[in-house]
Amino acid sequence: MATTEEIRADLAEIVNEVAGIPADDVQLDKSFTDDLDVDSLSMVEVVVAAEEKFDVKIPDDEVKNLKTVGDAVAFIERAQNG
Amino acid sequence: MTDLIDRGGSAHAAILGIGTYRPHRVIPNADIIEAIDSSDEWIQQRSGIKQRRWAAPEETVQMMSVAASRTALERAGVEAAQIDCVVVATVSHLLQTPAVATAIAHELGTNKAAAFDISAACAGFCHGVAMASDMVRGGSAKHVLVIGVERLSDLTDVGDRGTAFIFADGAGAVVVGPSDEPGIGPVVWGSDGEQFDLIRQKEDWRDVLASDHPSMPHLVMQGNPVFRWASFEMAKIAQQTLDRSGITVDDLDVFVPHQANMRIIDAMARSMKLPAHVKIARDIAEQGNTSAASIPLALDRMIEDGDAKSGDTALLIAFGAGLAYAAQVVKVP
Repeated sequence: MATTEEIRADLAEIVNEVAGIPADDVQLDKSFTDDLDVDSLSMVEVVVAAEEKFDVKIPDDEVKNLKTVGDAVAFIERAQNG
Repeated sequence: MTDLIDRGGSAHAAILGIGTYRPHRVIPNADIIEAIDSSDEWIQQRSGIKQRRWAAPEETVQMMSVAASRTALERAGVEAAQIDCVVVATVSHLLQTPAVATAIAHELGTNKAAAFDISAACAGFCHGVAMASDMVRGGSAKHVLVIGVERLSDLTDVGDRGTAFIFADGAGAVVVGPSDEPGIGPVVWGSDGEQFDLIRQKEDWRDVLASDHPSMPHLVMQGNPVFRWASFEMAKIAQQTLDRSGITVDDLDVFVPHQANMRIIDAMARSMKLPAHVKIARDIAEQGNTSAASIPLALDRMIEDGDAKSGDTALLIAFGAGLAYAAQVVKVP
């Protein structure tokens, strides 16, 4: 099972690919919109890439609850364990 | 038992000529932003659109179609009288019947060609090309004129933050006819009516008329789910289309997706892993999203700019309200 840090690092790579944000900036306490400047369309791309990478489903309704990188990592951890 | 004769058609079909019409009014973002409390920067960041073309009153659906068609006929070296069928893809000819295609066929001087409109929204042009190719190969027609035309400015709510900056006007036409080599590959098309409400006319005419204050039923759209579907599901359809034509992305010269939004175009290209040599249509920056007209407008611009040459292999993929989609590989005329 992937550790929290492994998931964060993989997600950071995705955010870097989609939005060009340095992967090191993508830390658990960072807000996607306020801190990382990931807009709603980029967020859709991040979500789709994350679904593929982590083999989970992230429903549209859930996306708005993923405000921080930590929220997204926690959701992915729960989805993988569930 | 009486046998019927099957006349058959040409072994292959191709696009023989292309023509377009761009309305004269250029509308920069600066003219849009006040009504939606937005900025030039936000619109460009969100859509890649810098300006769009909106038709003047005299630039009607019919007028723009005829102008684009005359250029297409001339470039194809085909007389109007040789056209057997006129197919018009549009959702913004506001006279519901008869089909505008009949008036266009008449004004062009066809010999009373078959003429009808199809309603497949932004996917309409590629539906028309697929049908025309089948008509030519099936023997129903020798030359078919396919027109994609819109005046979406008539259907745009200028106060809607989600759509006011996107939609635009214009026309594109191609002549499809017989060919010695395959010039139009097999279509991959389909629909997903479960997502009927994602892009639609806000309400039907009966509801409009029942209202105390009847007003134009504008186009409405749910941006994020449309973005997701278009960027990722359509990238899969693009790959299927290449597979069906027996080619890979490496064989492509030109990629002409429906000009819906620059962000969708970029996401599709990334998702498809297009090699760097493939030229990508980006007409939307200066033309806006012209629905059924966007693919011929974008392809014609690439030809003008030297980004697409005669004989190049181009992937066309159109998608939109329905949700409906159609795609095919063609040879650039």
